[in-house]
Amino acid sequence: MRLAGSDTMRREGFWQRLCLEPWLFGLLLLLSLVGVATVYSATGGDGAAAWAQTKRLLLGLVALLLVARCPPQWFHGLALPGYGLCLLLLVGVHFFGTEVNGSQRWLVLGGVRLQPSELMKILLPLALAAVLAPARWPVGWLPTLLGLVLIALPVGLIVLQPDLGTALLVAAPGGFMLFLAGVRWRIIGLILAAALASLPLLWMTMHDYQRRRVLTLLDPEADPQGAGYHILQSKIALGSGGWSGKGWLEGSQARLDFLPEAHTDFIFAVFGEEHGFLGTMLLLALYIAICARGLMIAATASDRFGRLLVSTLSVTVFVYVFINMGMVSGILPVVGVPLPLMSYGGSSILSLAVAFGLMMSIYAHRQNSSLQ
Amino acid sequence: MQLSEGREQLGDFRLRLGLTLAGILLLSALISGRLWLLQTRDHSQLARRADSNRTTDLPVQGVRGLIYDRKGTVLADNVPSWQLEVVPERVEDMQATLDELAEFVNLAPHELQRFHDRRQGAREFQPVPLKLNLSPEELARLEVNRERWPGVRVQATLTRRYPRDSATAHLVGYVGGITARDLAADEAGVYRGASHIGKTGVERAYEEALRPIPGTRRLESDAQGRRLRELDYQAPIPGWDLRLTLDSDLQRATEGELEGRRAAAIALDLRNGDVLALVSMPSFDPHLFVNGISHADYQRLLDDPGNPLFNRALQGRYPPGSTIKPVFALAGLEYGLRHPRDHTYCQGWFTLPDKQRRYRDWKRSGHGRVNLRDSVAQSCDVYYYQLAHEMGIDRLAEFAGRFGIGSATGIPLPAEDVGILPSRDWKMGALGESWYPGETLNVGIGQGYMLMTPMQMALMTVRIATRGEGFEPRVVQTRSRRALVREEPVVPLPRLELRDRRHWEEIHDSMVAVVHGWGGTARAVGEGLPFRVAGKTGTAQVAGLSQEDDEAPQLDDVPYKLRDHSLFIAFAPAEAPEIAVSVIVEHSGGGSAVAAPVAKVMLENYLMRCDGVVWRPWCLEADI
Repeated sequence: MRLAGSDTMRREGFWQRLCLEPWLFGLLLLLSLVGVATVYSATGGDGAAAWAQTKRLLLGLVALLLVARCPPQWFHGLALPGYGLCLLLLVGVHFFGTEVNGSQRWLVLGGVRLQPSELMKILLPLALAAVLAPARWPVGWLPTLLGLVLIALPVGLIVLQPDLGTALLVAAPGGFMLFLAGVRWRIIGLILAAALASLPLLWMTMHDYQRRRVLTLLDPEADPQGAGYHILQSKIALGSGGWSGKGWLEGSQARLDFLPEAHTDFIFAVFGEEHGFLGTMLLLALYIAICARGLMIAATASDRFGRLLVSTLSVTVFVYVFINMGMVSGILPVVGVPLPLMSYGGSSILSLAVAFGLMMSIYAHRQNSSLQ
Repeated sequence: MQLSEGREQLGDFRLRLGLTLAGILLLSALISGRLWLLQTRDHSQLARRADSNRTTDLPVQGVRGLIYDRKGTVLADNVPSWQLEVVPERVEDMQATLDELAEFVNLAPHELQRFHDRRQGAREFQPVPLKLNLSPEELARLEVNRERWPGVRVQATLTRRYPRDSATAHLVGYVGGITARDLAADEAGVYRGASHIGKTGVERAYEEALRPIPGTRRLESDAQGRRLRELDYQAPIPGWDLRLTLDSDLQRATEGELEGRRAAAIALDLRNGDVLALVSMPSFDPHLFVNGISHADYQRLLDDPGNPLFNRALQGRYPPGSTIKPVFALAGLEYGLRHPRDHTYCQGWFTLPDKQRRYRDWKRSGHGRVNLRDSVAQSCDVYYYQLAHEMGIDRLAEFAGRFGIGSATGIPLPAEDVGILPSRDWKMGALGESWYPGETLNVGIGQGYMLMTPMQMALMTVRIATRGEGFEPRVVQTRSRRALVREEPVVPLPRLELRDRRHWEEIHDSMVAVVHGWGGTARAVGEGLPFRVAGKTGTAQVAGLSQEDDEAPQLDDVPYKLRDHSLFIAFAPAEAPEIAVSVIVEHSGGGSAVAAPVAKVMLENYLMRCDGVVWRPWCLEADI
């Protein structure tokens, strides 16, 4: 055992007391700053929106710090009851929810507006991890089917709202969880085949506006003022950025309102217009670094629950990034997926903060495990 | 928990983690590739689209070129005026606003129609003119109530003015509202934002020179079309100013002589083809058309029996009558059918061999023995009946055609008529009948089917005066823009070659004899002039009254519509010609009585001016 310098000791002590992983935390902080700056630009230099975003990030920071301090066993214990409660809320949305833009997503409880599907993004991985952690390896049919049922219940309810984008975002991590938990390759193959076979069925049950979005993706110029407008304008924004962009606050597409949803779902287009190809590559690299760091934490986690939870949450973040960037650059249909920590909006930041808090907690409490 | 199973499980987990990371990198590469295409390969195209998103180009109207006469008198200019405009996006209830406005300004149906038409193609934030050229009273009333209608505004513009009013309406023409068809045909975008376009006369013929090239104001605007700031400004280029060949003094004097008549008169400078005067009476006020003529006004002009919109000088078709005789006299010499001293006996009528019908001379008693000069000076018809009979219609037509009958003079003004050069082919094509010998006799004295415009008669006179030279009539002398001045080309006509050039002198002498000779038909023209005039009278019959009646009818007994046209052509000074004129006065009797005095006034007005002129002998005498 070598002696560490006193400085290093003190710094490690600082991070340990906060239960934080310094690299991941630093990357998240950097991303948040970039996000605030871009929101400021996307809202036409409106300080109010940037300040609101900052406040949400600070709130998220508090949530992250709180969650990070909690020992993983607490989450392990709360996972299934929380999942059950959230499932009830989703059922409640179906009967008592408020309708916004033709779909019921919100539930008003005691004056607080709640989007249960957002909660489910955290609770489903937790519940799955809790269920799959004790399963014998390699995972066989029974736990797999149990996991699929846990996934299918909330996803089905969300599809009914209808909110296909969120359903996808809830379902995808579930699938990854099964994969990472060690489900036999044979079973994975069968599930994938079944999923592919059910695609035509999905198409037939889709709503018209959802189909239109998919079709618009194939030919956005067919209706440049209507359904194709979003994609066309965001492609113009990205493309006009060129190599190095027009510069911060200089993007005309967002500033002059040509780009819809500029500060929320389409904030990547604003960033791309202002910082160009170099900027978007750096941003993508930042996200990859965050995910990779998460996967490294997962690899060194001390128990199976922690490994599964952290790895799944990391992949989930990347799924967000991929779907959002794919949508904005016109290779995926328009679905309401925010860009993590960049898009303006409270619930997304909060759930991400909790997710990263969970990862921090797993990391910080790894020494306590029996393996160490 | 067994350690070996745990280790194997951890190994499998890490393998799957690695696969996941590989998947992440693969998808990242997909995104990167997509961004590479968008942001580098498609960059220039998408950047252009971003620019066209944010920029709006507004046309900036330039100033239409001015029109002057040859001495610099303004014939067409632009004066400030006020027009009522509406910005549709700022008006809540368009119909209610229009109804309210109608109480303050007079909104005619054609103005409302034009407003709705122009609104179709305009964007919501672009102002659309509702009423042009507001009167001071309307302006005052609107100004008082300005706050009542947001989106309604009074805008200062320029409107076309013709200071000489009706005097130059047929030559200068007028501008009018630009039509949707004009705009559709405008591929180069020269009429972006334009409200007017040349409709007739010089305004139309020289539209390309007169019209300004609009500038551009490039504005940045947001997705709602609101203008935020000016990015670029390109100044408009004004149209060319035109200096016409027209001589306003001569034009005015000619008009004064023809006041109240239905008439046309033309004066050409035969040294270069300049149109010095072009009069068609009655005329009209060109301002009526500039800002949209009302239905009532237009109907009034159409119903006027004098047909004021009809440009008689270029479109009126008249039988040349005896004014064609010098040309046919020349034909007789050229074809060797006549010698100047050959005599024909005129007994007052002519009959074709083996035919009964008598073709009468205008002088019942006949002219007696006439040679070539007498035939022109006294305008003996029988001489030309005989000559035409000998020559035949083919040679007559061929020779007349060389003097421009039946073809355009080339004057650069719209809608010139070419008249009719009758021939066997023409008659077969137009009427489907073969030619009769008697018709040749009628053509021989400029009657029958032969029709000419006053402009053709003037050019024919030039051809005679210049001994076969002459130029295409020129209307514009120079065009200028800022410091740049460009001379319009003088286009010589192909020279008319004669077998014997001395024949020209015979014709000149005989035309001088018309004015100055003993027994000449226009002796009054030459009286009191210091220079000699060569001319020819003509009387164009409207109806064949005199052929059948033994008694020549008195002018006053004949209904106006059936009275003869009076014609006169002349050039002067006879020895060194400068100017050629043609005058026709409808339904006014013989050429010597009405048309010739008008021509005299024209020649006098032009040739008696001595300011700076040294080559006219009478000017030198006047100085002493």
